[in-house]
Amino acid sequence: MDPESYLYIGILFFLLGAVISLLPLPKVKNYTYILSSTGALSFALLSLHLLFATPRNLFSAQISSLFNLAFSGDAISGFFVLTISILTFAVSIYSIGYIRDLKNKGLMGFLFNIFILSMYAVVLSGNIITFLISWETMSIVSYFLVTFDREGKSAKAGLIYAVMTHIGTAFIIILFFLLYRYTGSMNFSDMKNLSSQIPENLRNLVFVFSIIGFGTKAGIIPLHTWLPKAHPAAPSNISALMSGVMIKTGIYGFIRISMDVLGQGPEWWGIAVIVIGAASSILGVMYALMEHDLKRLLAYHSVENIGIILLGLGASMMFKSNGLYTLSAIALIAGFYHTINHAVFKGLLFLGAGSVMHATHTKNMEDMGGLLKSMPYTGLFFLIGSISICALPPFNGFVSEWLTYQSLLLGFKSPSITSKIISPLGGAALALTGALAAACFVKAFGISFLGMPRNKHAENAKESSLSMIIGMGILAFSCLLFGIFPGMVLTVLQPVSFMLTGLYGTPYQQGSLLGISETFSTISPMAILITLIVMSFATIIFISSIGGKRKIVYGDSWDCGIPALTPRMQYTATAFTKPIRMIFKRIYLPRRELKVSYLVKPFFVKSIEYKGEITPFFDRYIYEPVIVFIHRIAERVKLLQSGSLHLYLAYILITLILLLIFGT
Amino acid sequence: MQYFQFLIIIILSPLIQGTIKKLKANMQGRVGPGIFQPYYDLIRLLKKDMVISNVTSWIFKATPYIVFTSTVAASMIVPVITTESPFDVMGDVIALIYIFALGIFFMALASLDAATAFGGEGSSREMTVAILVEPMMMLSIFTAAISAGSTNISRIAGSGLIFSPSHVLALTAFLVAIIAETGRIPVDNPDTHLELTMIHEGMVLEYSGRYLALMEWAHYMKQMLLFTIAFDIFFPIGIANNVEISGLAMSSGIYILKMLFMAVLMALIESTRAKMRFFQLPSILGGAFVMALLSVLTYIMMGK
Repeated sequence: MDPESYLYIGILFFLLGAVISLLPLPKVKNYTYILSSTGALSFALLSLHLLFATPRNLFSAQISSLFNLAFSGDAISGFFVLTISILTFAVSIYSIGYIRDLKNKGLMGFLFNIFILSMYAVVLSGNIITFLISWETMSIVSYFLVTFDREGKSAKAGLIYAVMTHIGTAFIIILFFLLYRYTGSMNFSDMKNLSSQIPENLRNLVFVFSIIGFGTKAGIIPLHTWLPKAHPAAPSNISALMSGVMIKTGIYGFIRISMDVLGQGPEWWGIAVIVIGAASSILGVMYALMEHDLKRLLAYHSVENIGIILLGLGASMMFKSNGLYTLSAIALIAGFYHTINHAVFKGLLFLGAGSVMHATHTKNMEDMGGLLKSMPYTGLFFLIGSISICALPPFNGFVSEWLTYQSLLLGFKSPSITSKIISPLGGAALALTGALAAACFVKAFGISFLGMPRNKHAENAKESSLSMIIGMGILAFSCLLFGIFPGMVLTVLQPVSFMLTGLYGTPYQQGSLLGISETFSTISPMAILITLIVMSFATIIFISSIGGKRKIVYGDSWDCGIPALTPRMQYTATAFTKPIRMIFKRIYLPRRELKVSYLVKPFFVKSIEYKGEITPFFDRYIYEPVIVFIHRIAERVKLLQSGSLHLYLAYILITLILLLIFGT
Repeated sequence: MQYFQFLIIIILSPLIQGTIKKLKANMQGRVGPGIFQPYYDLIRLLKKDMVISNVTSWIFKATPYIVFTSTVAASMIVPVITTESPFDVMGDVIALIYIFALGIFFMALASLDAATAFGGEGSSREMTVAILVEPMMMLSIFTAAISAGSTNISRIAGSGLIFSPSHVLALTAFLVAIIAETGRIPVDNPDTHLELTMIHEGMVLEYSGRYLALMEWAHYMKQMLLFTIAFDIFFPIGIANNVEISGLAMSSGIYILKMLFMAVLMALIESTRAKMRFFQLPSILGGAFVMALLSVLTYIMMGK
């Protein structure tokens, strides 16, 4: 079949899913997600066509002289379609079980399908008008999904999301206008060919606007403020899609404009992207560490991972402007590899968080504990997600972060001194991020899944339904697969690398080895995994040959002689992160209040009230002043809008007169 | 022969630990246990029954194996007496740090598993120290990797580069990282079980019997590995780059001297320094980070 038919079949399945969800068929509604998972498979086949064939137009319809609805695909689109498809497939299966207790199932099914279609539309758009329509559809549908719970908090999160995303869109519209103005074309492919006609200053402007516009969607710091509010507010299957792939459409837009259409830029572009990436990754993970709301923690980690992706992409841009195309290809592959990895493990973690919330009715880690025993599969999959996101071998995060390290390390080969200095600093930032992420996931997994249950809900938690487990299992398996078979992912990435850098075959693969010839280094997560397994057996044999068979006695944990440890005596998430809060207090600006009331002062304490928080720096010192300022202006403008009809008539009259005077 | 050089680490690491303890005791005017004491301890532990807390999950039982085998995997990558290291394709020096991190990650999880405050305390502190150490370690390795033009550890060792200004700075930072990673004074006190100060000991507090033996052994191995890596990447003089018997014998002799030097150094530091308060650690580790940063910048600016 030709790729177009895969496209139409895919669209058909999603539309069918959307329509059937709205019909009054309560039994069927739970299973419409089978349609969306089939649709995702069809799109996955389409993506393979796009990756391994020449760019082609998939659909085109001239609506008016200016407005041409056009979809087309090349390797970059193909890669993103594949990423969306993998996650959609797993999330759809998960949703069968997840939505069972949801109110408004029909609306959910409808929005779910349209949301996914709109994301496909964004990455397949062939011209700027189609792109903007798809982009806005995606934003609006996701707004409805964020506010799906209709609670006060979700509504506020939705409002912030809507405002921020439209600020981003405004910048995107301006940059599209600039591109159209100087190339005279609306098609991305024509723009690319004509982009050299754009004057230097305007190219820079377009680049900056693409960072702001698409960066808002991707959640780079300091434009991330909506992300940790909106993602947790949505139902968990939607959070997985939003964090896993929706923010990647921001990355897609950035790549499309700044790396594809604009082509090669000056060196400072790449450096700027590296700096933004480093800042986003460090600050993202730092704020994640202080979160005790499981989903907000994961949302902040999305900020971190977008930062890591940008480290790779920035290094690629930097090398390209210095003419080092081989290195540029390595860094590019690092960024893309991390993009697909993040989609998989962050999707998995959000689904895991959804299962946990489903079972314990809370998002607060301080109320969980001991869940690994009551929810063994969810626990195992969440652990796999945690290991992957911490970039520990042999899982997938390790491979992409290793590639990112390699490309930053290779910065010393670039001729300019700025690049030479900035790239090892990027590497140090990545190391810091990695260590902070490990601490964060020791906390997230350790506090919620290990130890003793901290309340009744956690104690009575039940394992999720089969479809939810399968959904998570697919993603967990992908985490391992993308880790131990890096060559598989590399095959998919080569066409993308060829398109943007003109090079095939770096980094190279050889059996299970992934290698970079520039630093003479290789890794093989497969070999590491095999070593771990073989050595484990060897160790077991060795131990029993020396020690023989020994008894295991089960007893209480060491309690210093005080009988019976209670769950309240366990370390809490707050306590766990206290040293980090103290050490980085310049960043966190922690605040605490202690109120003690006495029966007889100072001996008999009646109650102690403790309140601690960290200062949300960006909200308080950047966004709040802006909001206050806007409010103040609004107060002034209000005078004009007094509500008096006579006044409004007067305005119309004055406008008319002015127009008559100046219009002629 | 080159296939088995990782066994040197596995077999001799308790001896290094014993030597350090003996040296330390002598420096402090004690007789101290013999240098083979760690072997006796390990065998004794392996032959004991185990007591396991009944609130723990499978993580607690899997962790000793993961910690031990990941350390073994790390030692397979590192060239010990010859740079003809056949397993080094498995990972480079960056992978090495992440394999160590895998062990730390699971150890920190396991210590939260028994639901005691001591475990949580150890886990929290260990992760905090890791946050301060990892960037510094990575930067000092960057210096070596950039100057050798490779991150493959055998190749760095084979390049035979020695002291240049940037290397001295990086090595100093790396030594601080070793002290922190092996839980030695002034970062942590390996001989204490005082709950207020312990980091590593807090994490393994709930372990007994063969699990404890595995954890302890892995700890010894990691210590010896870090010593070896320090020499491999900053002072590879004497390491053989072939597998001929004469070369290997020479290289083994030099290796023993190097390890002895590190043992004396560690004992000296432990005997002359006091343990620092936990929240003073950022100053020493931060200082080392600055040194590592300077070493990279020095190399880039001066080219040596």
